[in-house]
Amino acid sequence: MASWLLGRSSRILIHQHHHLHKKYLPFLLGPFLNHNNSSCSSFPSTEPFRCRDAFPGKNSSPTLFRFSRHESTKAEAQLELEQDVATEDEPNQVIDFPGGKVGFTSEMRFISESPEKRVPCYRVLDDNGEIVKYSNYVQVSKEMGVKMYSDMVTLQTMDNIFYEVQRQGRISFYLTQMGEEAVNIASAAALAPDDIILPQYREPGVLLWRGFTLQQFVHQCFGNTHDFGKGRQMPIHYGSNQHNYFTVSSPIATQLPQAVGAAYSLKMDGKSACAVTFCGDGATSEGDFHAAMNFAAVMEAPVVFICRNNGWAISTPVEDQFRSDGIVVKGKAYGIWSIRVDGNDALAVYSAVHTAREIAIKEKRPVLIEALTYRVGHHSTSDDSTKYRGTDEIEYWKMARNPVNRFKRWVERNGWWSDKDELELRSSVRKQLMHAIQVAEKAQKPPLQDLFNDVYDQIPSNLQEQERLIRKTIEKHPKDYPSDVPL
Amino acid sequence: MSTKFGRLVPLVFSKRGFSTSTSVQKGGGGSEEGLKSLNLCSAINQALHIALDSDPRSYVFGEDVSFGGVFRCTTGLADQFGKKRVFNTPLCEQGIVGFGIGLAAMGNRAIAEIQFADYIFPAFDQIVNEAAKFRYRSGNQFNCGGLTVRAPYGAVGHGGHYHSQSPEAFFCHVPGIKVVIPRSPRQAKGLLLSCIRDPNPVVFFEPKWLYRLAVEEVPEDDYMLPLSEAEVIRQGSDVTLVGWGAQLAIMEQACLDAEKEGISCELIDLKTLIPWDKETVESSVNKTGRLLVSHEAPITGGFGAEISASIVERCFSRLEAPVARICGLDTPFPLVFEPFYMPTKNKILDAIKSTVKY
Repeated sequence: MASWLLGRSSRILIHQHHHLHKKYLPFLLGPFLNHNNSSCSSFPSTEPFRCRDAFPGKNSSPTLFRFSRHESTKAEAQLELEQDVATEDEPNQVIDFPGGKVGFTSEMRFISESPEKRVPCYRVLDDNGEIVKYSNYVQVSKEMGVKMYSDMVTLQTMDNIFYEVQRQGRISFYLTQMGEEAVNIASAAALAPDDIILPQYREPGVLLWRGFTLQQFVHQCFGNTHDFGKGRQMPIHYGSNQHNYFTVSSPIATQLPQAVGAAYSLKMDGKSACAVTFCGDGATSEGDFHAAMNFAAVMEAPVVFICRNNGWAISTPVEDQFRSDGIVVKGKAYGIWSIRVDGNDALAVYSAVHTAREIAIKEKRPVLIEALTYRVGHHSTSDDSTKYRGTDEIEYWKMARNPVNRFKRWVERNGWWSDKDELELRSSVRKQLMHAIQVAEKAQKPPLQDLFNDVYDQIPSNLQEQERLIRKTIEKHPKDYPSDVPL
Repeated sequence: MSTKFGRLVPLVFSKRGFSTSTSVQKGGGGSEEGLKSLNLCSAINQALHIALDSDPRSYVFGEDVSFGGVFRCTTGLADQFGKKRVFNTPLCEQGIVGFGIGLAAMGNRAIAEIQFADYIFPAFDQIVNEAAKFRYRSGNQFNCGGLTVRAPYGAVGHGGHYHSQSPEAFFCHVPGIKVVIPRSPRQAKGLLLSCIRDPNPVVFFEPKWLYRLAVEEVPEDDYMLPLSEAEVIRQGSDVTLVGWGAQLAIMEQACLDAEKEGISCELIDLKTLIPWDKETVESSVNKTGRLLVSHEAPITGGFGAEISASIVERCFSRLEAPVARICGLDTPFPLVFEPFYMPTKNKILDAIKSTVKY
């Protein structure tokens, strides 16, 4: 009885606490929070620094705006971030709070939303494909480098062909990886086969790297009888249990807390592996992102979060998505080690993911990687991105900052790749894809039985009844139904 | 016919009992030896102990479960099985279910607790769009069958809007999950163990009114009661009553009163709402010719509508009266008006009489 009342009171108390917390936040927490003073956040002396004001010429052309935004992320040298004031105003005055010891200050200071200098972006290869001086990175062998480059080219070729196939109405939907090939392939290269992948949707390169055949990609897009998914999901929703690549689903960010659960399982099993989950910048606005980050930290789960910040969530630019310094700063708030990486630099991505994986597994903790990149293609075949962004911006990222071209320069400079190799590879992949498409188009659709299988482990009686009913209807009205689905 | 009642814990404000009637023991705990008098929360606790003990890959997690939970259902678990298997999560329902899906997808038994059924809605997307469709969308390459989400459920006398809800109907429109609701300690233990071991994601709602109120003899050993099987807990010939959870006790009282007026009622505990046991209800209605469904949840869109429409389809020529639904009103669950809101014994009794007189 008492416990029962305690239970209800406990829940009610939580609500009261929230209310109290919210109501008294400025007065109670302000002084403590502002102990960590930012140099530009002193209340009376200067207006707090605002991230969006950092870029001159805000009203200029979109291209210039984009240039300004991204130039500021260049990391030619390791820059000092906001300086925490280590010394306390009154060294003997400390509140021993359940969340840890916090020193007092008599100065009223609000932490600004963004430091004067943004978190720098880790980079190894410059735009010319040359190793930046003093770069600290994980070495890549010739074999690895050539495979990485080959898979990036394969991804490009897949995209070009599939996009056209959709335009021809031969598949219903497609989504390209254009501009994000390095994030895909370099991440995959840095992982081990036992690492569990929970993708968003723009990461088929990881599956490609792991050995999913071109034919299998095509089968899924056509939804035929050879599709592992049995034709139930839209094109590009790939999945393969052999390759530890969880099947893609459309709801955004749902895979993030799931990855934490998977990672916890790996930890409890003592596996030398981690969960790796991908999301876009838009996904970080979903509540599941918050849930995942917090659970990962508190549960001490070996999971690597890789956020592809490509600047856009369909038509929504990042300044309409958040006002923080991107995604990387969010990791710190949750107690997660975080790094920002040039997503168009395959070596930087490879090094960061390789190291993040080691940290996650050895220290049993989450790591966050924000890969800055640009979505060169339309969001999907249902989108025309020139309706909301300039073509010159697209061309800039497609040509001057292309991840595939940049890596190619490096591979060539090493003497690992030649023009002849390039021609042979592109021709070969194209032929394989064309052949795969011919095979897939001739294959039958999955059998009608697969409409009813797998809803549960066994088919319940209501579904059995529904199957009998639809079969009678088909028998009676065969012309109403497609003839390429075996009955 | 003999009906067996558990001992009711006397409480000043108690007006309700619970239903443990059984006319047929369908694997209901096997032998009569090894019995112990338990209330609902202790029976749940026992089921969780057995689940954690019998499967080293099982976990219990949620808000406040580590110290025993706000209803004491997880008492002693963390001490016995360790804080890595029985642990608190941050306060976030969508995180709890998403985490549970990931854990289950790796082959574990993930037993997630949502502190009140009223707070399961933040996890609705994870349950509906993810858990329920996980196997299907992957072509059976992946599944999260090891997931069970348990939550306190139903009215409690003074829970108001957010500690009284019966959200089962929201989940019954979702292919891929199972929804299970027990009526008593013995039923709860057997059904919960079946849910935990079922290879499909299950939502298990525990009638919190009965946590301490319902007491009966419960087998101490491991036993499972089948899912998707309704139970006729009272034989009758004039009218069929269908319900689940704590509402069955109210319905049972109505049956007793109806019997005094010469009406013979058959009472069925549905137990599993999806996939539900149409055959048992159909068979009963073909015998009695009348149907009354009752549930605490609001009447519009309630699961009673599915039962009603299905039985009308299947037993149309046998029905001698319209199907009656005696349910909660179409309002948010009220505090001071709870006595008026609830589908009380006399509301049910009046409906039984109207149906039989039709």
